[in-house]
Amino acid sequence: MIPAKFDYARASSVEEAVRLLSSEEDSKALAGGHSLLPLMRLRIAAPTLLVDIGRIKGLSGVRDKGDAVGIGALTRHADVASDATVGREAPLLAKVASQIGDPQVRHRGTFGGSIAHGDPASDLPAACLALGASFVAVGPEGERVIPADDFFQGFLTTSLEANEVLTEILVPKAAGARWSFQKFNRRAQDWAIVGCAVVQNGLTRIGLVNMEAAPVRAKGAEEALADGASAGEAAGHASDGLEPPSDLNASSEFRRHLASVLVRRGLEEAGKS
Amino acid sequence: MTTTEAPPEERVFGQRLLRKEDPELLTGEARFVADVDVHGALYIALVRSTLAHARIVSIDVGPALEVPGVTAVFTGADLEQEWAGPLPCAWPVTEDMKAPTHLPLAVGKVCYTGDAVAVVVAESEYQARDGAEAVVVEYEPLPPVVDLGDAVSDRVVIHEDLGTNKSYTWELSPDAEAVDRAFAEATHRVHGHYIQQRLIPAAMEPRGVVVIPQPFGGEYTVISATQIPHILKVMLALTSGISETSIRVIAPAVGGGFGSKLDVYAEELLSLVLARRLKRPIRWIETRSEGTQATIQGRGQIQDIELAADADGRITAIRVKLLADMGAYLQLVTPGVPLLGAFLYAGVYDVPAYSFSCTSVFTNLTPTDAYRGAGRPEATYAIERAIDQLALEVGVDPAEIRRRNYIKPDQFPYNSVAGLVYDSGNYVGSLEKALDLSGYGELRKEQERRREQNDPVQLGIGLSTYMEMCGLAPSRVLASLRYVAGGWEAATVRLLPTGKVQVVTGTSPHGQGHETSWSQIAADRLGVSPDDVEVLHGDTAVSPYGLDSYGSRSLAVGGVAVAIATDRVIEKARQIAAHQLEAAEEDLEFTAGTFRVKGSPEKSMPLGAVAFEAFTAHNLPDGMEPNLEASSHFDPPNFTFPFGTHVCVVEIDTETGGVRLRGYTAVDDCGNQVNPLIVEGQVHGGVVQGVAQALFEEASYDSQGNLLTSTLVDYLVPAASEFPSLTTGTTVTPSPTNLLGVKGVGEAGTIGAAPAVINAVCDALSPYGIHDIDMPATPERVWTAIQEAAR
Repeated sequence: MIPAKFDYARASSVEEAVRLLSSEEDSKALAGGHSLLPLMRLRIAAPTLLVDIGRIKGLSGVRDKGDAVGIGALTRHADVASDATVGREAPLLAKVASQIGDPQVRHRGTFGGSIAHGDPASDLPAACLALGASFVAVGPEGERVIPADDFFQGFLTTSLEANEVLTEILVPKAAGARWSFQKFNRRAQDWAIVGCAVVQNGLTRIGLVNMEAAPVRAKGAEEALADGASAGEAAGHASDGLEPPSDLNASSEFRRHLASVLVRRGLEEAGKS
Repeated sequence: MTTTEAPPEERVFGQRLLRKEDPELLTGEARFVADVDVHGALYIALVRSTLAHARIVSIDVGPALEVPGVTAVFTGADLEQEWAGPLPCAWPVTEDMKAPTHLPLAVGKVCYTGDAVAVVVAESEYQARDGAEAVVVEYEPLPPVVDLGDAVSDRVVIHEDLGTNKSYTWELSPDAEAVDRAFAEATHRVHGHYIQQRLIPAAMEPRGVVVIPQPFGGEYTVISATQIPHILKVMLALTSGISETSIRVIAPAVGGGFGSKLDVYAEELLSLVLARRLKRPIRWIETRSEGTQATIQGRGQIQDIELAADADGRITAIRVKLLADMGAYLQLVTPGVPLLGAFLYAGVYDVPAYSFSCTSVFTNLTPTDAYRGAGRPEATYAIERAIDQLALEVGVDPAEIRRRNYIKPDQFPYNSVAGLVYDSGNYVGSLEKALDLSGYGELRKEQERRREQNDPVQLGIGLSTYMEMCGLAPSRVLASLRYVAGGWEAATVRLLPTGKVQVVTGTSPHGQGHETSWSQIAADRLGVSPDDVEVLHGDTAVSPYGLDSYGSRSLAVGGVAVAIATDRVIEKARQIAAHQLEAAEEDLEFTAGTFRVKGSPEKSMPLGAVAFEAFTAHNLPDGMEPNLEASSHFDPPNFTFPFGTHVCVVEIDTETGGVRLRGYTAVDDCGNQVNPLIVEGQVHGGVVQGVAQALFEEASYDSQGNLLTSTLVDYLVPAASEFPSLTTGTTVTPSPTNLLGVKGVGEAGTIGAAPAVINAVCDALSPYGIHDIDMPATPERVWTAIQEAAR
């Protein structure tokens, strides 16, 4: 891999990371490196300073926080997939994490990295939208909590400031919720061509993968359900108001169709759970 | 030469030995070219065209020279005087074939995205890449030719000096009138129009080269990730003007090739001439993205095949028209690839009339060349898809239409209508075994149930019976096809003073396991342990003669050469043993590595002792030279013709268009098997590569000739998770044309697989009236076909 030239600094605390990130305009936080490094290798991204937050203590692991499950931003996907608390209180997340990439990716990539990258093709943002999760960010001004619904702004763009560090993901406990995760791809290791995460806990929330420039909810389908539509009817509204991307794997039109199939299947499966 | 040997259990030949190559590969000890660390080396990076077709207006190397560590930058014009000849094409298939001049760095214009225009030399790899990015090239864009039909029209001529985009037209039409007559009289006619998409070889190890000059001796050691060290040496000499005696080529551990390393590349030539010019070692390692456009691609053909058949569905004639994409230039064997298929469009069937015609054209895309199977997967796809269409037309099961048309076991050796003599085969036996192993009858019942229940997941079952020509010899036949090299292979076998054995081979393994297999061949005949046999290869200083590894030739030619040389060593050893034991040669028997006097078993001499006597030369027969060493340069009398039947089972989710491979049965026959474990490995890898073409892989370009699949995120090489466990079976029909009764197996799986998969997909979609689908059968293609059929 031949990225452009960059400086590297390792932060030993969140405060130091924030300070380092603030010290240079084109700085970027590095955790597992599974989203950022491929972009640098292709010279699509060329940050001048990489701030390695990978060894900051206390950012890894799952904590029971009463109403919510707190997942440290540096927690690896494989650890999310096998964590007992996650399995009990947010089983959808365990399922989603178990299907990310391949075993190497799951053992290096981090939950927080995936969220902060904000890739519409990633599964965790969609799951967080469906679960109504929120994200804890620390910046020069201190800590703030950003709801998932306000976090994803556009293609690889989030409401995280360049000098903020995502430290924790808060997932409301939903042990009794009905849920489903549907992922359609050509190779198991790939990003989903289209995916959907369905959570039914009184209301139904549906997060979509790869259906817009940013991770989004299937608002059309959610509203239809709230108005009493059947799963099949609601699924027909899965891509209402969305502009799905078109690429080698699927045209925009095919993505709309896939979203309707997957949302219907997701609702049916959740209904049985 | 009709002796063939069936391997009994106790022989080393035929044992499933673990590969002796594997420990060092699995522990990372094997040294690939990128592991070669040369003190004082300079690194090069190439500046590549970002346009498919353009005139080079100017190249400003100034900014690159400002980059720290960059020591020199050369453009095509700067190096024009370095070349004694252009990049070589060794297969001018017709007398009037048109071949553009192909220099390692383009001069004047670029002809594909990735065409190199300048080379940056720097103290480190990173600095070289930074330097390459700093070079400013101004282009005047020209209209790109990316479509084969557009290429034929000569609307835009890529190589102006040739006056046309057509490189050649090659025909094989033994009796055109007979073909016309058969079509006129036929009850059934089917026509298939198939597109062989371009494929990116994607060997696990990218290419790379290191050239180490001896500044005083004027000699060059070229270490390259190549399949062809011997051919490369000759070609480097011819293109650089450096004497062949001053070039040594080493192929170190090489991580796969599939034909992509059966070539002479710009980077190899540039590294050599820059080492000469700068008197420093030069190093270049390809990046994966670079490899997607700067390494040859495979396939790239449009096929039209017509079958004429009688009322029972017996094929009476086949007519084939091919349009082949050469890419921007002709690489080493680019023009010959369609010819390797030309003889096989009648496949395994007894066909009385045949005509074939191929027109090959230039496009503004990466050059194509041999890729696993080279012409034969394309031909097999066409006939095996077309015969399924014929089964539909006649109204019989795909298995039945094949039974009616197969060449029968008692027809071998079989004179094919295309002019080949098939050595041996039992196609119907292969079919019946594959049907049995796959549970064909049960699968058809399940298919029926799913159809009746209107199951959203439909089942498809696809067959293919393939046959291929491999070995690529004898040399005289290659001459008649205007291939510039021969088809022989060399081996030397020597016994060392301690009784250990050295086998020197001209084949150049890059993953196939020759060290294990050649050890088994020699050990089996010498009566020693395979562990006592060392196999030397991949270094022109160690094995001066050889024609390297490609086209499933290594065992059928090179392995047989090892057997012949081994037998010659044994014959000399027999003379020494007879002398020492004071017995007549004919009274000696040689079993389990020991010479014994018949009737006096106490009078014996183990081979090791004979080897030591040969080494000391204290007591040899009068006039005999010391040492036990013999060579063979084996030129086979014919190709070998492996065959097999594959059964593919797919499930199609008709709501998403997703195709899931549910089961795959491969019954392959490569004659006698030296090591069935290695055979299985070849079949597994081959099948996966064929399935990859059918379902996953395609080098996609936009209308401007930009490659859209330049990373492994976009170019979908499938992984283990996309495959069920393969069911493999074998039949053994020895080849009567070589001492070992062996045939090649390196490409067989790939040749058989793609049509089996697409036949399965079409079988599943048959109730919708869908009988063809382009490769790769992506979910969107399948779903769209279903939608259109419903309209």
